[in-house]
Amino acid sequence: MIERTVTIASSVGLHARPAAVFAEAAAELDVEVTIAMEGEPVDEAMDAASILSLMSLGAACGDRVVLRAEGPGADEALVSLAAILETDLDA
Amino acid sequence: MNNGVSAAVTLQQQFSGVGVAAGRVIGPVRQMPKPVQEPAAGPVPADFSAEFEAQRIKDAGKAVRAELQARAATVAGEGREVLEATALMAADPMLIKGAIKLLAADTAGGARSAERAVWESGASVAAKLTALGGYMAERATDVLDVRARLVADLRGLPAPGIPVAEAPFILAAEDLAPADTATLDPAKVIALVTSSGGPQSHTAILARALGLPAVVAAVGVDGIADGTEVYVDGAAGTVTVAPAAELRQAAAAWTERSSALAAFAGPNTLADGVHIPLLANVGTGADAAKAAASGAEGVGLLRTEFCFLDRAEEPTVQEQIEAYGAVFAAFPGKKVVVRTLDAGADKPLPFLTNADEPNPALGVRGYRTDLSSPGVLARQLEAIAAAEAAHGAEVWVMAPMISTADEAAAFAGMCAAAGLRTPGVMVEVPSAALTAASVLREVSFASLGTNDLTQYAMAADRQLGPLASLNDPWQPAVLALVTLTADGASLASAAAGLPKPVGVCGEAAADPALAVVLVGLGVATLSMSARALAAVSAVLATVTLAEAQRLAAMALAAPSAAAARAAVRAELPILAELGL
Repeated sequence: MIERTVTIASSVGLHARPAAVFAEAAAELDVEVTIAMEGEPVDEAMDAASILSLMSLGAACGDRVVLRAEGPGADEALVSLAAILETDLDA
Repeated sequence: MNNGVSAAVTLQQQFSGVGVAAGRVIGPVRQMPKPVQEPAAGPVPADFSAEFEAQRIKDAGKAVRAELQARAATVAGEGREVLEATALMAADPMLIKGAIKLLAADTAGGARSAERAVWESGASVAAKLTALGGYMAERATDVLDVRARLVADLRGLPAPGIPVAEAPFILAAEDLAPADTATLDPAKVIALVTSSGGPQSHTAILARALGLPAVVAAVGVDGIADGTEVYVDGAAGTVTVAPAAELRQAAAAWTERSSALAAFAGPNTLADGVHIPLLANVGTGADAAKAAASGAEGVGLLRTEFCFLDRAEEPTVQEQIEAYGAVFAAFPGKKVVVRTLDAGADKPLPFLTNADEPNPALGVRGYRTDLSSPGVLARQLEAIAAAEAAHGAEVWVMAPMISTADEAAAFAGMCAAAGLRTPGVMVEVPSAALTAASVLREVSFASLGTNDLTQYAMAADRQLGPLASLNDPWQPAVLALVTLTADGASLASAAAGLPKPVGVCGEAAADPALAVVLVGLGVATLSMSARALAAVSAVLATVTLAEAQRLAAMALAAPSAAAARAAVRAELPILAELGL
């Protein structure tokens, strides 16, 4: 299992459009990626491909979240998803 | 059906109802799908395959997502983003996996059917979002919308909501809800016909606001097949299937005449020069800008709750200042009558009203919510005062559902405390009309809400089609209550040495013939949908005050609503000339 901690750059947090873009990108990957707020236990991590999970996470701008994935392609997957979170899509 | 030789001359099939907005058009019918019913809980059949049902749920998710994405592609801006996000929810793993888990035999409560599983999974996701509050809570509505679409898809039924079609159509339904109004595209829908609902129903109000011909309470129209061509006459209240040549000519003639009736430039005067200001009913700043452009001499009813429908929480004072300010800005130096939040009954607001009342029309609604949720009204008055200070409109404020002089006095006190100079009341509860002299002693003006006044005077739910003939503002009992209110206000005015004007802001003011009667009964201003201004003004311009008083006396003395209407219309030849 590898993980990557990322700061949310979107000024509105992980809502509506940023959440939609991120969930769609996560769904297109071949590996399952989870997302959790930093410091929360691993078993409470949620499916990163679910816009409803992302919205219920309630992550605001500046919050830190942890992405986790396993197996072949995990590293590349986390790099590409982290890049989305680090961009302010509403700017 | 007769299978004789004259099959080619089949009779035109006709449905009769109540015409609520004038106009004659021809077009194809599209039926509004029935609302999605909750799937039954309970044991699944013996040959139930969880695997097969799981696939059906996944397929439904993909189908609904694709359909919403296709719709998103046809709209621009914020609407598109909302639809795109909603589309993703349809196949969302949290929603879909949650539903699939409920198919398992070992799940608590036993295996659910696919429809029931989606229903429960959607409910639990919506509850999670609601618990987060704010923006997320508002998205819970989107989840429930997606859930209804998934269940409709699983059942093989059309998606709920107003149908999407390329060409303009006539929308047929059992009745429309306030929520449907937001998604109705007036460029696509050319008339409304419903099997239920009355002249005061939301369908009727919506039709008048959009200027769409409409017929309500026409039993059977919700069974007309999609695509059938019909003729709708919104004045006569008829819907005719397979219209003949003469009806086609009537529709073409209406199109020509209605463009001539489109303009109104105030001030509105009677034939003898008496000024009867025509004001507009609005809900938002955008409505107000349209009303100002239509020539309205001010706003006679700002429905503040329309800024807040679909809100899970009370809007902040700052948000309210902006919403009201947008309306005030459209009418600098002119009168704007603000009605405080009228929540309850058919317009529930989760932060104010209790959904469990057995009899919501007689429940804690309108001004009465100040008893159960103190503070909301005071904050609203604070926001109205602040918005008034920031703009140049002449702001009057009135409370809905006032029943007694004591309530009127308490409301006037709250307005004074907020620095609002002109407090008033809605007269829609018969007790307020009966005690108008005492009520008007406490406040500066009254506005008759004829829709609710009619439903309470006649004890007839305004949404019920079978009661449409009772729910008619032409009922002599309703006209008598209007008279009592105007007379009571005159007494209070004479005693105080101050004007105490009575206006009408119900849908009755938009009926040109009834507008003449109301003026004759002593009503000083009329407020209506901006679309109705030109027609009402054109008719009022043909009568003097003395003639209006004579027609009012005639209506008041009539034995029935139908007789009152017929007697007054017979004296107003302009109505036939204008096709109203």
